[in-house]
Amino acid sequence: MKVNEIAGKLCLRVNTAQGDLDREITGCYISDLLSDVMANAQDGEVWITLQTHPNIVAVAALKNLAGNIITNNRSPEEETLKKAEAERIPIMLSSSSTFETGGSLYRLLRC
Amino acid sequence: MTRQLCEGSFHLVGGEFTHAGAASSELKAILTGLGIGTDLVRRAAIATFEAEMNVIIHAAAGVLNYSVTPERIQIVVSDMGPGIPDIGLAMTEGYSTAPDWVREMGWGAGMGLPNIKKNSDRFRVESVVGEGTTIEIIILMKGGDAGEGE
Repeated sequence: MKVNEIAGKLCLRVNTAQGDLDREITGCYISDLLSDVMANAQDGEVWITLQTHPNIVAVAALKNLAGNIITNNRSPEEETLKKAEAERIPIMLSSSSTFETGGSLYRLLRC
Repeated sequence: MTRQLCEGSFHLVGGEFTHAGAASSELKAILTGLGIGTDLVRRAAIATFEAEMNVIIHAAAGVLNYSVTPERIQIVVSDMGPGIPDIGLAMTEGYSTAPDWVREMGWGAGMGLPNIKKNSDRFRVESVVGEGTTIEIIILMKGGDAGEGE
């Protein structure tokens, strides 16, 4: 499944990298600890987090992730959006909780 | 004499969270440009990012030097920070001295040094309390003794 498909199905608001939504997603990693994501997230996964600061873009770019989903209606910082646009990392916003977002994505990818 | 493929350095500034990852990102691009395998580049980038974060979180400033030969990637990060009183304790997964506001950003989970060690073939830490810390990361180009070293 591609990034734009999950964005549509989960009603995510895509804030950056509109031109980079055609990428196939390999899975999902959920964590708010950045070292944990660096250690354990895999190439092509989407990362669900509550964090909104610019370091999430650096970690996503370093790990070659397909995009970030920020949950609970939280808004990314301005610098985060600028960096994400430059690094071509889609930042997607969910109005649902991490539990609900992760559960819905699990159903889409694994069921 | 071993042929040097590439060497360079980056200056790191303590507290500069906005630019965190810039050095590791640039090093990743340099290593990729040298035609080094994806897995080695990934390990070097993760280890470098964690080392960069340690300087940004704990030190006033630091410098990251790297050199690449056909045999290995060497990354040395030296900082002007508080130093580590007990390196064994600092290497324990989950142990951290980072302040609460850094933890709220998702850093300071006590995974940094263990992550660096996991991604290195050889790893060494030297520290003097009140002066600073130097870590050396070696990643061998062909196989190697992953996870060894201190």
